Amino acid sequence: MALTLMKGSEAIAEAAIRVGCRYFFGYPITPQTEIPEYMSARMPQIGGTFLQAESEIGAINMVYGAAGTGARVLTSSSSPGVSLKQEGISYIAASEVPCVIMNVMRGGPGLGSIQAGQADYSQSTKGGGHGDYKLVVYAPSSVQESIDLMTIAFDVAEKYRTPVLIAADGMICQMMEPVELPEMIEHKIDYKKMPWAITGEHESDTHKRAIINSLYITVEELDELNERLQANYRKIEENEVRYEAYNLENAEIVVTAFGTVARICKSAIDDLKEEGINIGLLRPITLWPFPYEAVHKAATQPGVKAVLDVELNAGQMLEDVKIAVNGDQKIEFLGRYGSHMPTAEEIYDKLLQMRREF
Amino acid sequence: MKEQCIFAGFGGQGMLLIGKFLAQAGMMAGKHVSWLPSYGPEMRGGTANCSVVISDRPVASPLISMADAVIAMNLPSMLKFQSLVKPGGLLVVNSSLIDDKSNRDDCEVIYIPANKIAEEIGNPKGANVVIFGAYLAKKLNIVTAEQAIEAIREELGEKKARFLEGNIKALHKGIEYVNA
Repeated sequence: MALTLMKGSEAIAEAAIRVGCRYFFGYPITPQTEIPEYMSARMPQIGGTFLQAESEIGAINMVYGAAGTGARVLTSSSSPGVSLKQEGISYIAASEVPCVIMNVMRGGPGLGSIQAGQADYSQSTKGGGHGDYKLVVYAPSSVQESIDLMTIAFDVAEKYRTPVLIAADGMICQMMEPVELPEMIEHKIDYKKMPWAITGEHESDTHKRAIINSLYITVEELDELNERLQANYRKIEENEVRYEAYNLENAEIVVTAFGTVARICKSAIDDLKEEGINIGLLRPITLWPFPYEAVHKAATQPGVKAVLDVELNAGQMLEDVKIAVNGDQKIEFLGRYGSHMPTAEEIYDKLLQMRREF
Repeated sequence: MKEQCIFAGFGGQGMLLIGKFLAQAGMMAGKHVSWLPSYGPEMRGGTANCSVVISDRPVASPLISMADAVIAMNLPSMLKFQSLVKPGGLLVVNSSLIDDKSNRDDCEVIYIPANKIAEEIGNPKGANVVIFGAYLAKKLNIVTAEQAIEAIREELGEKKARFLEGNIKALHKGIEYVNA
């Protein structure tokens, strides 16, 4: 298929539609407003539904309801808006309803800035809402990867009956890159495979009435839910970890970074390679489940003398890198706060400085 | 090969659009490309710019800290971005709107009266494509004029196909001005 030059936000929206998403509920916020804008024009063309809710809280609860029918449903927002969605996300997780949520991260805390940020790592991976739940969290680093992850996100959401979050950032949504879109599919709701989905009652219905609920009032019932959720999360940890390993062979230092920041790191790594200096990159694609084993293995392979974690926040993923490395390697951190994207030169200089200190 | 280029002007001058032309042309030439607009808080009439990277290899960073070329359509853009041009790089300045000279003497600087030329050919809104032609005249090893025209055709689409001829003329005028 031919490549098309597309803006990230529009490519993400079109990808969702192509993999069968027919319901979008959202509320505008920079830098992702182009996603609802695109959906508002595109959904009516294909018989889908676009609805601008009265707020992010309204939107996530519409997602909860629509996804309860087994349909593919998407919502999208940016950091402050995603904070508002947290209560609904917790309910959706507790009700074991699959859906996909986009967070196009911007600088925080508070209203912060409209430029790219990565400071929602902890909110995304450690449970932004209440209760013992997890989200599968994907962090794309290019427009094409955002498209590819959209397919995976819906499949994983349905396979494990869990909400999935795609944590992109402002830069991915705003930039244009050549992309290949997936073929258009119609998502068929098969109630035999999805007995949990609400079918609407009819006298000829023979299957058990589906109830979607997150209230488990007795100790036994809540225990049962939590045990089922935790068993599900262990399965996800076992099967769904994704990461990219870049230039790890003979690396002296291993860089850990995610999303667009990992691209800037690649730039510095490529420049250093031209000078005969080998630096590797381990880029988590799933922020949860985190690739603990892969990071540990990369950090402790022969020849590696240190790890450098680079993020557009104060060191949120650094905590997971530390757990992964488990004291077996020296770790340094290069962080910039939201909207202050580090330059390739800064990372390049930092790596050279670390090398001098070996 | 890696070309990192910043197109800058004020909102409405069409700098984001000619950046798209270049990215589209680069993609059609089989290269890896990225196009990144500035989207900061800007006031009406403020600056608008985009960064375009064209490379033989996958584009690592779409951000540009040192540019191979800067195209400045107005004075604030020249003042803001001229320092980012690599020594030996290219700075293209719209002398119709910028009276000042650049402070750079270690890179090639082209002054072209883009608005004046556009008016002369009866296409006053085509100043952006004229200056794009001036840039392209120095970079035909990256994308050819034919590829640029194909990219313009693609970007305009059927709805705006009537503007194609005027844009081709503006592009050639820009190229000719530099080659003259």
